[in-house]
Amino acid sequence: MATVTPALDAHGHADDHSHGHGHHQSFISKYVFSQDHKIIGIQFLCTTLLMLMVGGALALAVRWQLAFPWQNMPVVGQLFGLFQTEGGQISPEFYTMLFTMHASVMIFLVIIPILAGAFGNFLIPLQIGCDDMAFPILNMLSYWFMWPAMVCFACSFFWAGGTAGPGNGWTSYPLLSDLPQAAPGSGSPQTFWLLGLTLVGVSSMMGSVNYLTTIINMRAPGMTLFRMPLTIWSMFITAILQAFALPVLTAAGFMLVFDRLGTIFPTTIHSVFFIPANIIVNNAEPTVGGGQPLLWQHLFWFYSHPAVYIMLLPAMGMVSDMLSCMSRKPVFGYKPMVYSMAAIAGLGFIVWGHHMFTSGMNPALGMTFMTSTMMIALPSAIKTFNWIGTMWGGDLKFNAVLLNCAGFVAMFIVGGLSGIFMAAVPVDIYFHDTYFIVAHFHYVLFGSTLFGVFGAIQFWFPKMFGREMNDTVQKWHFVLSFIGFNGTFFPMHLLGIAGMPRRYADPYLHGYLSHLLDMNRFITISAILMGVSQFLLLGNFFYSMFRGKKVGRNPWNANGLEWTAPSPPGHGNFDIAPIVYRGPYEYSSPESDALGQDYILQTVPHVAGVKAVAHH
Amino acid sequence: MKKFWALFFFFWPTVAMYCCLIAPSRGWWFPSPPMSRTGVQIDGLFYLILIIVTITFVGTQYAIGYVLWKGATKEQDSKAMFSHGSHKLEIIWTIVPSFILVFISLSQLDVLAEIRVISSFPEDAQKPAAKIAEVMARQFEWRIRYAKPGTDLTTEPSPGDLYFVNELHVPTGKPVVINLRTQDVQHAFFSPQLRVKQDAVPGLVIPVWFDVKEVGEYDLVCAELCGWGHYKMKARIVAQSQGGVDNYLKQLEAEQNEDGTKAESAAE
Repeated sequence: MATVTPALDAHGHADDHSHGHGHHQSFISKYVFSQDHKIIGIQFLCTTLLMLMVGGALALAVRWQLAFPWQNMPVVGQLFGLFQTEGGQISPEFYTMLFTMHASVMIFLVIIPILAGAFGNFLIPLQIGCDDMAFPILNMLSYWFMWPAMVCFACSFFWAGGTAGPGNGWTSYPLLSDLPQAAPGSGSPQTFWLLGLTLVGVSSMMGSVNYLTTIINMRAPGMTLFRMPLTIWSMFITAILQAFALPVLTAAGFMLVFDRLGTIFPTTIHSVFFIPANIIVNNAEPTVGGGQPLLWQHLFWFYSHPAVYIMLLPAMGMVSDMLSCMSRKPVFGYKPMVYSMAAIAGLGFIVWGHHMFTSGMNPALGMTFMTSTMMIALPSAIKTFNWIGTMWGGDLKFNAVLLNCAGFVAMFIVGGLSGIFMAAVPVDIYFHDTYFIVAHFHYVLFGSTLFGVFGAIQFWFPKMFGREMNDTVQKWHFVLSFIGFNGTFFPMHLLGIAGMPRRYADPYLHGYLSHLLDMNRFITISAILMGVSQFLLLGNFFYSMFRGKKVGRNPWNANGLEWTAPSPPGHGNFDIAPIVYRGPYEYSSPESDALGQDYILQTVPHVAGVKAVAHH
Repeated sequence: MKKFWALFFFFWPTVAMYCCLIAPSRGWWFPSPPMSRTGVQIDGLFYLILIIVTITFVGTQYAIGYVLWKGATKEQDSKAMFSHGSHKLEIIWTIVPSFILVFISLSQLDVLAEIRVISSFPEDAQKPAAKIAEVMARQFEWRIRYAKPGTDLTTEPSPGDLYFVNELHVPTGKPVVINLRTQDVQHAFFSPQLRVKQDAVPGLVIPVWFDVKEVGEYDLVCAELCGWGHYKMKARIVAQSQGGVDNYLKQLEAEQNEDGTKAESAAE
């Protein structure tokens, strides 16, 4: 038996090999403009956690207005110059900015970069067994392009002193987003917003190219495609989605920018991609045009529907890894899991029209998109059954990682099932643009993705910092977030059934909605609980980074290649270049029994005397 | 503690189910029974999906609770089951859901065609006389244009057309069609009680048909973000007998043509 066991010291630490490459790095090149995928991943993680709190604060302001319409905001109302013109009250214009920026921050600065940017960067080279990404400089740039994007978003928010700005929703449908007269004050801020969006896209695109190249070319010897952890499969499929969908959004964004600049420089730039003729907005001159606003919706959703899966697939992959480890059991149906992710990605390209069922597009298209949308529920169902199958009969470790993963599956079921109502066109006619859809996508984006991310932060924390997070705090964080989350979003299904439209600054103006104020107050209280409990996560995260209990290479007794590297791995990752002999999920196998443990690292060769396990 | 977590995953779906069960009695449900024919069909399809979804929800959530409970009550030193999955189970849970999903999908098609495909509109809705008004949305109101009584509605305004704001009068008991358009940005025509929703897209004239079963007043709101005043595009649809609508239009015509001369001539 030729097992290679790295030499560990008494605490389970291997020598730090970061100096083994013989080049000295300054603080700036090591921690700031770093080309090391791990540092870049951690930079992404810290930035996105910060942005999570920003996005959450914006959401709480939205919730304040819905629970206590037109009442002065407590504390922050008087704190910033923002609200003083309104005497601490949220104006309807500001309300539209709040939900627009909440969505923009959460989608483009939290969910997408925390999955692909933070975990994709950190995990891909470690899990496939290579020393870094294929293009380290490109990787560094993908992080640093986030900053101009954030500056653009911040400019768009504060340009007009926070009283006017991009209030067109994150979907930015023309003509509201196209003609500056349509939303007074949204002139430059809306253009800044579009530039920010484009820059985020550039960042994502640089990441995708890197991930694709790295996963295809740089796998360790023996790491065949079907020995890759599902995390890697999900990152691979996500990168394909991004690479093919993003150019469309970028093009659409520039088209909209040109349309907008046309109103400022009518003699030099005069495009009317989305502007039809004879539109009179706010008593301005009738428009000259021949454009079509529905074109934007098609282009936008051609990116943004695949983007929904970009915001979900990596979490699905990571949860599969974590569930398998915490159940001490192989993933149930590894190949069906891979195929269903591929099916979700493939179908994800032909379902965008389900966002447009009430838009007035050809009803024959509506029928096609309905059928493809229904079909995308199928691979999602297969994955759900497989996750439950993975836990079934397992030797479950009831830590916060398992709880967050079980929470992920439970919430994903709700989000998936509520989607069926809206995939059915006639039913969607009623539910479109009501709170039902708000409930639906928060169950997918927060309920699924973020609970998966909460688990993943704790699971890979030891590899990032060589220390572990406090599990009890994480359990409290889970249970409070879970209660707060369901208290916030489950009742929104009922608001939707009651016909409450989204994006209303004051729904109670309408008689049929006025009795819903109490429910909205309950939702706001739950949202505050959910928001406050995130401080447990942040506190635990930053405290444990410096004061957490030190752990060795493989604190979870997991199988993946990342657990053979030191914690934290030095520059270049592995002290012994890994060779892969088996799949990542062989927990409790006869071979591991022969070794007297319930896991078997991917680098362990065939155990003599035990019949090798056949893969299904 | 392990058992607590397993019970926790049984507990929350139970609470969620309970909330849904009591929702109709607490007013957390549809604002009214469906007041149009397509509304009845939409509600029927909603309840069909609701039943399928509820069964799936309960089954899968309790399955999570069950596997957690099994894990929590496992004997200390017993090993995890070693299994890479089951081909048979994968086939079952691929084929069964796909049949259900195709069934749901097919069950929608007829209603969808009737609501949206012009050639599948009810016969009465295809007659020119069914077109009762143009609804022109703008920031932030609904402008209603009726044809001059006794004439058919033209796509572009004609002399003698009658105008009103934020109140649409429709006859009950028969399909009516409105021409939906917008003067500025995108809006959406949404009547929760009638279960009607259609975006008003700049540059397009979209015919929307519906029928109202009973006399009464129904809400008309905007369901597509149209600017800061999106929330206050409040209007109403007044459903009356055909005679009532005719009288309303006559009165509207009289008010609109009022120039002071008629009163004098009547006095002479």
